[in-house]
Parts: sequence; structure tokens; C-alpha cells
Amino acid sequence: MRPGRRIREALTDLWLVGPGVAAMLALIFVPVALVAVLSFTDYQFGARSFRWVGLENYHRLFTDPIGRKAVTNTLLYVAIVIPFSMTLALLVALGLHRLAQTMPRLSGILQAAYFLPVAATLVAMAIAWQMLLHPSIGPVNAVLKQLGLPAPDWLSDRGLVLYTLAAIGIWQSVGYNMVLFLAGLAAIPRHLYEAAAVDGATRGWERFWTVTWPMLGPTTLFVAVITATNAFRVFETVATLTRGGPAFASDTLVYALYREGFVYFKAGYASAITMVFFVVMMVLTLAQFALIERRVHYR
Amino acid sequence: MRVQPVVTLLLVLGAAIVLLPFFWMISVSLKPADEIFTPHVDLLPSRLEWSNYARAFTEVPLARFLLNGVIVCAGILVLQILFTVPCAFALAQRRFPGRTLVFGMVLAGLLVPFHVTAIPIFLALARLKLLNGYAALILPFAASVFGMFLFRQFFARLPADLIDAARVDGLSWTAIVWRIAFPLALPAATAFAIFSITAHWNDLFWPLIATSDPAIATPPRGILYFRDQEAGDDVGPLMAAAVVVTAPLVIGFLLAQGAFVRSIATGGLRA
Repeated sequence: MRPGRRIREALTDLWLVGPGVAAMLALIFVPVALVAVLSFTDYQFGARSFRWVGLENYHRLFTDPIGRKAVTNTLLYVAIVIPFSMTLALLVALGLHRLAQTMPRLSGILQAAYFLPVAATLVAMAIAWQMLLHPSIGPVNAVLKQLGLPAPDWLSDRGLVLYTLAAIGIWQSVGYNMVLFLAGLAAIPRHLYEAAAVDGATRGWERFWTVTWPMLGPTTLFVAVITATNAFRVFETVATLTRGGPAFASDTLVYALYREGFVYFKAGYASAITMVFFVVMMVLTLAQFALIERRVHYR
Repeated sequence: MRVQPVVTLLLVLGAAIVLLPFFWMISVSLKPADEIFTPHVDLLPSRLEWSNYARAFTEVPLARFLLNGVIVCAGILVLQILFTVPCAFALAQRRFPGRTLVFGMVLAGLLVPFHVTAIPIFLALARLKLLNGYAALILPFAASVFGMFLFRQFFARLPADLIDAARVDGLSWTAIVWRIAFPLALPAATAFAIFSITAHWNDLFWPLIATSDPAIATPPRGILYFRDQEAGDDVGPLMAAAVVVTAPLVIGFLLAQGAFVRSIATGGLRA
């Protein structure tokens, strides 16, 4: 290549790639490095100076009762949402997959209904939930009272609030997981069921355990990781419905990050929360990558 | 024993439960105030109180919130496409030193949720005196590594002959990117647009941090202002506002279900 042409080519590459790379550096990589550095300081927004405090912020997150509460609440929330959301989504997907053979239209309509919460604006829907669960004007407690059952304060009872938020999280994520399971089900080759039938597995349960469940294995793992990734960032419902309360009973990692960082302006401490959140998300996303890779080889 | 009818019934019942919040939101949004605040709860309004919707638009600047949502989502999408498409094209179709490194950056970027970058970006915007403006809501999302990943995959499948032919015709690389490759990548662009618009129309985290001025509140932020300022006696208009804010994406979803589901399902790839 002539040198002039080579320079022209290099300029073309720079023109095409440069802005994207600059944006990635400025908006992702430099901020990540800064947040890691800040997490070892006591920096506050607006302060003129800061002190290096080593691991103090991290130590505080895991020993301070409020910090620990955010960590354990998040783990509990994720631990509730994953099994319930996945089991419900799998049942719905199995049902709709079968229904599609006899009543495709109804199956399609139901699929849209289950998916609707994924597309809907979560903040607005959280306010709808607030009205639904309202202690005096909500229909849920009205029905419970009519049946003579206790009518709890879903969103202000300390022992209950996290479970209520988890239920909303499950409601929101079932449709998404259902779509992933439906794709997994559609990919199972028919001849496997025929072979299983020859071997005597003709009943629904037998077919499920000999063919469907083993073939869904990779999908199931993938769905579990995605559900965990999404559940770990729970924020909208907390910010809308409880602000982490009452008495931090529904505080979560991302909400604590927001509160400490942007309400109390403790940038250093909030950076440490951010880093803990980041490490968890990174592990989950790497697992996701590994599973996608494996699924590709699998087919 | 026939199980199919039982299964179908259960599926319908489950769907009814999933739709309950939507149903209740619409029902309350059409109820007269005296029917909302009664000890016995009726599922449906006895008469339709459309004035709740009118009041939702007058008690808070709801139209402004919607307009802000459109401006922010459109601004973000345009910026993302301007920044990601040329880069993704070069990654897929050109050999240049550092290509592996740049692609490595894209993959590494997928590991970083936006929340992680919030504090430094907030600091930078504060330093630049850009907080509380559209720039603060739009600029931080300019680099979409998910978009780069998606477009790169699509551009990699473009036949080399096509690009060679365009070069022979004397088209510049910029023209090839925008006049040949990008129009062909429309399916990827649609999927990306749905994904991006859904994410940013619904986002609360960043608008809560970057703005405190109701005049530039996005729809979710705006509806929180409404909820916090009403003292519990404006439930009808509040629910009407919730319906209005939710409606655009829900209607879009119902009109283009397949595209929506595919787009959101691939969106799961991004962190």
C-alpha cells in the first residue's frame, strides 16, 4: 500500500470507530475506574477535598446494621423471585405451548396478557399495585375482610413489605421468562417425543421428565441467571412504594446506592455499595455469556 | 380424564391475575371520587368519570411529562445510533489495528450496568453545569455497547461483494455506512429502537438522580411528583395519569407483538 493511501485508510477507521470508542471510554470505562477509586475515600458531593479511608466503606456496608440490611434484603428478594418466577413461567409456557396446538388464537392472546407487565411502565404499575393493596380503599383487602381473613398492611408492615415487593417482582418477570421458556420448548425436536413414546413414555409426566425437562436444561439455567440479574437491580418498585422503609425493611442495594449517594451525598460510601453491586452483576453476566456460548455449541 | 380444559382454565385464571393491576388502574381512573372512597369496593365504575383524565392533565403538566419522554427517548436513540452504527460497521467489515481491543471493550462494556457509572457521571455533569436539563437525561446513554454488539452481528453478515461494488462506484465509507449498510440493518435497528425506547421511557433511576425540576421530568418521574403532591384525594386523576403514561408502550406492544417480544428477549443479553 502507498503511504498516502494507508494514512487515508487509518483516518477512515478513526472517523468510524473514534466517536464510539471515545463515548465508551467517557461513559463506561473512566466512570468505572473513578467509582472504584472513590469507594476507598470519604468523598462527599460538593466537598473540596477527601481522605483515603481504605476498606472502611466496605467494612461499613457489611457490618453496619442498615448496610447489612440492604445486602440481606436484596439476597432474600432475589431468592424469592427466582424460584417463583421461574416455576410459574415454566408452567405457563408448558400450558401455552400445548394450547397453541389446539387453540392458537387463545394461546397468542394469553401470551400477550402474560407479557404485558414487561412492556408496561413499572412506576405507573407500582402505583396501580399501591391502590390494589391499599388498606382502606383497595379491593384485595376488601375481599380478605369479606372472607373474614386478616387484612394486612402489605406495604407498611415491616415483616411483610419485602415479600409484597417480591410478589410484584414475580408478577413483572413471569412474562419475560415465559417467552424464554417458549423459545426453549419450540427448539425441542419432535422426534424425541416420538422416540420416548416408543420407549413407553406416553403420559404427560413421563414425557416431561424424559424429554422436556432434560432438553430445557440449558434454557432453565439461562433463565435463572437472567432472572437473578434483573432481580438484583430492583429499584423502581422500592423507590415508588416504600423508599426502603419502614425502618429499612425493604432497603435494597440499588436503592441504598441511590439514597446514600444522591439523597445524603455520601459519594464514597455509595461508591462502595456500587462496587459490591457491580461485582455481583459482573459474575452473573459472565455466567450468562458462558451459557449463551454453550447453548450455541449445544445446537 | 381430560386435562386440557382444566389447564386452559388455569391459564386464563393466571392471565386474569396478571391483568388485574391493569384492570384496576383503568377502572379507578374512570370512577367518580365518591365511588373510590367507599368501604365496599366495586370492580367497575357505575358511570364513567372522564373528567379524571382532564384533571390529570391540568393538576400536573402531564402533557409536558409526555413530551419530555418523547424528547429524551428520541434524543437517546438518535445519539446511540450515530455513535454505535459506524463503530459496529468498522468492527464487522474493516481490518484495523486495535480491532480486537475495541471489540473487547464492547464485550467488557456489556458487563457494566448503568447504575455503576451513575456517581462519576453525576459528578461530571454537575461540574459541567448540565444537571437538570435534557442533556443530563440524554448524554449519559450515548454509548450503547448493546447496540454495538447487535449491529456488529448484523453487519458481519453483509456480503463483501456488496461493499466492494459500492467502493467501485466511488462511494465514501461514510456513505456506505449510512446509505447501504444501515438501511439493510433495519431489522436490527427496529429491535434496538424498541429495546432502547422501552428502557428509557420506563426508567426512573437516572431521572430521579439527574433532575429535580418538574419541568423536565420524564413520565415515570412526573407521575411520582403527582403521587407525592396529591394528599390522597385525587386517586382518580392519579390513576388516569398512570394509564396515560403506560398507554404508549402497551399500545405499541399490542400492535407489534412479535417485534416487541423478540427485541426485549434479545435485550436480556445486555447487563
